[in-house]
Amino acid sequence: MKKNVYITGVGQSEVKRPSLKSAEELTVDACLEAVSDAGLSLADIDGVACWPGDNNNGAPFSPIGPVGLKTLLGLDLKWFGGGYEGPGPIASLINGAMAIEAGICRHVLVFRTITESSARQKDKTASTLGKLGAKNGRDRSNLWGNYTPFGVHSAVMLVAMYAQKHFHKYGLTSEQLGQIALTCRANAAENPKAIYRSPMSLDNYLESRMISSPLRMFDCDIHCDASTAIILSRKDCAKDSSRDPVLIEAIGAGNSQPWSWDQISLTHMVARDVAQDMWSKTDLKPNDVDCAQLYDGFSILTLIWMEALGLCEIGEGGRFIEGGKRIARTGEMPINTNGGQLSGGRTHGLGYVHEACQQIWGRAGARQLKTCNTALVAAGGGPLGGSALLRRGDI
Amino acid sequence: MTQILPEITNINAAFWQGGKNGELFISQCDDCEFFIHPPSAFCVKCHSRNVSAQAVSGDGTVSSFSVNFQKWLPELETPYVVAIVELKEQENLRFVTNIIGCDPNSVRIGTPVEVTFENHEDVWLPLFRPKEFGAET
Ligand SMILES: [Zn+2]
Repeated sequence: MKKNVYITGVGQSEVKRPSLKSAEELTVDACLEAVSDAGLSLADIDGVACWPGDNNNGAPFSPIGPVGLKTLLGLDLKWFGGGYEGPGPIASLINGAMAIEAGICRHVLVFRTITESSARQKDKTASTLGKLGAKNGRDRSNLWGNYTPFGVHSAVMLVAMYAQKHFHKYGLTSEQLGQIALTCRANAAENPKAIYRSPMSLDNYLESRMISSPLRMFDCDIHCDASTAIILSRKDCAKDSSRDPVLIEAIGAGNSQPWSWDQISLTHMVARDVAQDMWSKTDLKPNDVDCAQLYDGFSILTLIWMEALGLCEIGEGGRFIEGGKRIARTGEMPINTNGGQLSGGRTHGLGYVHEACQQIWGRAGARQLKTCNTALVAAGGGPLGGSALLRRGDI
Repeated sequence: MTQILPEITNINAAFWQGGKNGELFISQCDDCEFFIHPPSAFCVKCHSRNVSAQAVSGDGTVSSFSVNFQKWLPELETPYVVAIVELKEQENLRFVTNIIGCDPNSVRIGTPVEVTFENHEDVWLPLFRPKEFGAET
């Protein structure tokens, strides 16, 4: 199988709660850093990909899309695209890679900006589902309209039901699940950009406020303002880069289930479809993975991804993470080494790709893993799901 | 306002308004009898276009649930139970709803429930209550 797409640079703005910078400033910060990191100039960029794009007129979930970025940076493009309907928060990475594989682009700028923290400072209910989907008390969303009439004001309630199912079917406990939050917090302590860095104990976790049982406050990620950018380059163009680029070894985007939060597998969502799809496209195995950057919008999602991706057996996730040693930076399967979204901040998708590359390039500072040649990234919850296997390139 | 209501369409009207006459309507294939939810005009099983809304028993079990404690909106009354209820007519025939008429802490996965309706404007929300009050463990 030919593999032609490499990551040649990454960039990220400040990650703040909130940032005093505008969405535009954050975006420019991230994009210029990524372009410069790849050893390129803006004139080299001929593609832009974003998930979900500006799908709601500057809403804080994604205030700037490909069109806004094109105008902002004055780009001359061969292709650009965004949109919510795709395999989750790293759909942008997948779309950008496809644009390169299709021969359309040489260098694609993949980006995502989010300003939920500053939006919530003005209005605490800014990110409730009803606020997003309902007009005059009627929810016109084909998706959320099935849930909001029943008081589902946040995806946490739907995800909490996946967690409840795991507790019931596999015997997962709060003490075990808490290790996701604890591990992220311990990693965040070594990440200067992370939002919450003070130590967290299991007691702190267990005493945190119940939001939607069995998920507590510390099972939920933390809103922030940030922008993250990734540069994808075609193999022959990646040779210009100053260091070994990161190869996209395989992508997972499969989805056999309805686009829904309640009609899909309640224990594994679409994650098993995605994982099966990804592993079928590579000779590498879960054993080859040096670290996993797995979506932690809610803690249980990380556990579900671990099981689905074969990092532990199905149903064994709770026992695998118990005590936290295996998933620590010194363990057999380090996860969310920058603090994830739970403690690092809800950069919502590309933050995992950014951290995976930092680890592979040995630039992760105090949190740098001893060995990191191969990193696994997966993002999404419910019907949203996509994954990418990244490894040190050898052009 | 905390009560958000669905937008009524030709396809979903039977589901959201059947409660007016005390009945829960679910889309069913006239050809292969497969139930489809959310409401649809196409059978994903046999690809038939002959799909119509049919009344079901309204009996089911709690497939999963969560007790919500968070006041997402200032006037929201908590706690309340959000659940996915599976109807007895077909495996995995299920939807998000609320469990009412019981202590929120008494709900369990597998609790048998029956439908009850709550009217708001032109919508009758299909909610569920435990079949035998207080009998759950
Ligand atoms: Zn049929």
